[in-house]
Amino acid sequence: MNFTLKIWRQKNGADKGGLVTYEVKGISPDSSFFEMLDMLNQQLIGQGIDPVSFDHDCREGICGTCSLYINGRPHGPLKGVTTCQLHMRSFRDGEAIFIEPWRCGAFPVIKDLIVDRSAFDRIIQSGGYVSVNSGGIPDANAIPVPKHDSDASFDAAACIGCGACVASCPNASAMLFVSSKVSHLALLPQGRIEAERRVQNMVATMDSLGFGNCSNTYACEAECPKEISVANIARMNREFLAAKVFAEKEKKVSFSL
Amino acid sequence: MALAGLFLVVFLLVHLGINLLLLANDDGQAFSAAANFMGTNAVIRVMEPVLFGGFLLHMLFGLLVSFRNRASRPVRYQHKSLSETSPLSKYMFHSGIIVFIFLVLHLIDFYFIKVGLVAPPAGVERHDFYHRSLALFADKGYSAAYMVGFLFLGFHLNHAVQAAFQTMGFNHSKYTGAVKAGSTIYSVIVAGGFMIIPLWFMISR
Ligand code: FES
Repeated sequence: MNFTLKIWRQKNGADKGGLVTYEVKGISPDSSFFEMLDMLNQQLIGQGIDPVSFDHDCREGICGTCSLYINGRPHGPLKGVTTCQLHMRSFRDGEAIFIEPWRCGAFPVIKDLIVDRSAFDRIIQSGGYVSVNSGGIPDANAIPVPKHDSDASFDAAACIGCGACVASCPNASAMLFVSSKVSHLALLPQGRIEAERRVQNMVATMDSLGFGNCSNTYACEAECPKEISVANIARMNREFLAAKVFAEKEKKVSFSL
Repeated sequence: MALAGLFLVVFLLVHLGINLLLLANDDGQAFSAAANFMGTNAVIRVMEPVLFGGFLLHMLFGLLVSFRNRASRPVRYQHKSLSETSPLSKYMFHSGIIVFIFLVLHLIDFYFIKVGLVAPPAGVERHDFYHRSLALFADKGYSAAYMVGFLFLGFHLNHAVQAAFQTMGFNHSKYTGAVKAGSTIYSVIVAGGFMIIPLWFMISR
């Protein structure tokens, strides 16, 4: 198969950048999207051109490192897969493929298609800790959890933090990501202890980093490679409202010897 | 924005109920009685500024959120987005602006005349909403513009009602389907209900 690639090239954060057109020929329909890009890079190196930088690590859809906004959709045209799980048979022979980095003020471009997603790490950090007792391994079912809650929690925990939700959202909102992180802890008894504080801190950090607001277009749910549901966003809103309205004032303890 | 919006949703139903009285074949008696009640009842008088506040809050938050959302993506994509979205949800700002323009014209045509800011047309007393409506609906251009205004309000509401539930934290595996269907039914009833009135006058006269 042959393709015309229109790839966003940008030397660094300060560079303006722009789309550059490349041709790749003789690509197997069974090669992955990244193998195709690897072949392009091999070709560019041969021509003495700086190869295209893009993020990837596990190449099996579990680490959340890969990104790429392909033909107007994060992770390309297939539903429920990451870019590393995409194959060239999902494209037409001779097709022009636009490849751009995630676009969001909170995700600045580092180089070409690589963006800095440490904003997500900062949100997670602001969520704080979960209280767990050290010592012996507790019995697996020492704390009973309703089946529905554990299922919903595990579904939310499937989030790999790739940022496709932000990339697809017309408002560059991070609500699906943050809500899945809030949900997977809030749904389990072990996560309830710090739940009120966690949701308020994570939402405050998300807002301060410049992500947009949710206007319920649900593009995030449609594009999430792990198919995380927007029901998590409603759950986070619920948790947040309840915490804001009902959370008791924390008692200040002053220490004296 | 969602809370103020849900408040406006209730108001629209009351307004529609009264307007449908225009269709009663009683020379405007029922409609005028209802309009008179709304203009004199103490509770309604108190609710009037609350309603204006509701509109203002809804629009202010809407604008604020829209500007913040635009600012959160300073560099835009070159390829247009092909992501699947909830129908018309991307155009809430646009439909909101059209409804706002309609609302301003509507206030000039009725409310401003009532409070004496705008002089009523010759032969119509400023509290006589019935004859004012008849005169306006006799104009085909006005009727068409009126219907277009409500068509966009319908688009706005179709997304808005279910989205407001989601924003307030209501998303339930059993009931969300019903909320979404209810949102669509509500928007069809409101938009259709208001649009029937000029249509009726066009056909019956
Ligand atoms: S490279 Fe790990 S998810 Fe794609």
